[in-house]
Amino acid sequence: MVNGYAVEAKGLRKAFGEVTALDGLSLAVPAGTVLGLLGPNGSGKTTTVSILATSLRPDAGRATVAGLDVVTDAARVRRVIGLAGQFAAVDPNLTGRENLRLIGRLSRLGRRQARARAGELLDSFGLNRAADRLVRGYSGGMRRRLDVAAALLHRPAVLFLDEPTTGLDPESRFALWDSVRGLASSGTTVLLTTQYLEEADALADQVVIISAGRVAGTGTPAELKERLGTAVFHLDFAGQEAAQAAEAALASAGYVVQRDGAGIQVRSAAGSGELTGMLRALNGRGPDPVSVAIREPTLDDVFLSLTRGSEAA
Amino acid sequence: MSTIAAAPRRAAASRVAVAARAVADAISDTADVAWRNLLTQLRTPQALVFSVIQPVIFVLLFRYAFGGAIHVPGTNYVDFLMPGIFAQTVAFGAVGTAVGLSGDLRTGILVRFRTLPMARIAVLAGRTAADLARNLLVVAVMIGVGFAAGFHSPHGAAALLAALALVIAFGYAISWGFASLGLRVSDPEAAQAAAVPVLFLLVFTSAAFVPSTAMPGWLQAFGTHQPVDALVNAERALILGGPAAHDVLISLAWSGGMLVVFALLAARIYARMGR
Repeated sequence: MVNGYAVEAKGLRKAFGEVTALDGLSLAVPAGTVLGLLGPNGSGKTTTVSILATSLRPDAGRATVAGLDVVTDAARVRRVIGLAGQFAAVDPNLTGRENLRLIGRLSRLGRRQARARAGELLDSFGLNRAADRLVRGYSGGMRRRLDVAAALLHRPAVLFLDEPTTGLDPESRFALWDSVRGLASSGTTVLLTTQYLEEADALADQVVIISAGRVAGTGTPAELKERLGTAVFHLDFAGQEAAQAAEAALASAGYVVQRDGAGIQVRSAAGSGELTGMLRALNGRGPDPVSVAIREPTLDDVFLSLTRGSEAA
Repeated sequence: MSTIAAAPRRAAASRVAVAARAVADAISDTADVAWRNLLTQLRTPQALVFSVIQPVIFVLLFRYAFGGAIHVPGTNYVDFLMPGIFAQTVAFGAVGTAVGLSGDLRTGILVRFRTLPMARIAVLAGRTAADLARNLLVVAVMIGVGFAAGFHSPHGAAALLAALALVIAFGYAISWGFASLGLRVSDPEAAQAAAVPVLFLLVFTSAAFVPSTAMPGWLQAFGTHQPVDALVNAERALILGGPAAHDVLISLAWSGGMLVVFALLAARIYARMGR
């Protein structure tokens, strides 16, 4: 592994006919960490994962997994990766156990090993009781867990999870999060795509935000939030006119203000202490707020500001 | 000296060992995929039942509804008909290959297979092997149906078995042709809609149900130069008696040629998926 990166992609491009899915995407995942690839529908997340997992070829650019080129060394890459897809790629007409044994054998585990690993994974994913039922009778959450289990049969060093919790109920979602955390703590490198900022925040050491096939921002969840300030203030006023007056007063004092009806939102890099300064700026020149709320910025704030920026450019 | 001479020999031996290993892996993967496809078919018996019902209806229609109006000199119509039914049965069985692969494409199982360290050819070879097994089953049922409708294979069991071997070989070859279609269409219903007209054309312009001599010349020109017609003629030569070697060779040539061309085509499409 070069530079300690388990996954490295440089300048990936991929077009489907007229549609550009990836437009020079680069990223790197240090071994043993979790990278969250965050972006809206159609931003290129699945395309990125498909290329890294060798099922799609890039038009341009290079990518390596465990130091192996995903195009020229695809056969060896397949021995060290696991992929669980957005659309649970398990066979509905086989039982959970049959699915795992089949995929285990096709992962070159050998008959006995495949049987043993299938049993272990059914156990650790809480599918023991459903193991010998046909998958077509599984709930969405059970299917997804089986899908992830299927990706882990040959103990891959690098695991790709493409929107692993999309469409899952909260309970199944948290259970899957726990599994991912467990894998990460045992040294597996994980690249997961998600539309949920909360999920990236909860799981990822490093977040790459993509939009229209390009990287729009990257950093730890904390760094990304830092970039948007450390506090977000919500000030509510008695009415729209009062809010407009306050908006003008705050803007002239140098604050970046967003107004929505009778509410005002202000971001600050200086933390919650900034509230004193804001109230001073309003004093005499604007009305007093009816209520004040302070919260930490979420990845939603980061995401919206970054993707808006890239659209403007 | 001896160590210097031994080195390239060892290298060659290890290359042979690697190749042998790859072949053994490919066979084992094919068996695993075929097993999965057979289990899947057994657990969705509707498709299996309909693949039997259709040829049964054809036997009933042609034996009893149209048969009286079709005169084939020198033989019973039902003895003439059954070779056509066998050919039709396996030809339409190839729709299952297209539909099955198309379904795997849609559900995403092919994406999983493509990211596993398995032999690539196993996805296709396992599918066509399972469809071959299904053809064996359906053809066996059709023999029973034929006997019940008065078919009596005038030239004996050995001739009948030889004819059925040709039928199965043809079914395997055409199944590879429809594998390519399944890999291109990610909607099983569209795959079926695309496959059926082609098969209708091949089966109904052949001599499967009526002698080609009853067709106009331009249709005969097409109908008598295609694999279903070659198969039906070879079957009849064996089952009804007469000089069979020529027709059998032509049918085998068609099946062998189709197998090579279609298998290469399907393997190439599979290998190039994702480009």
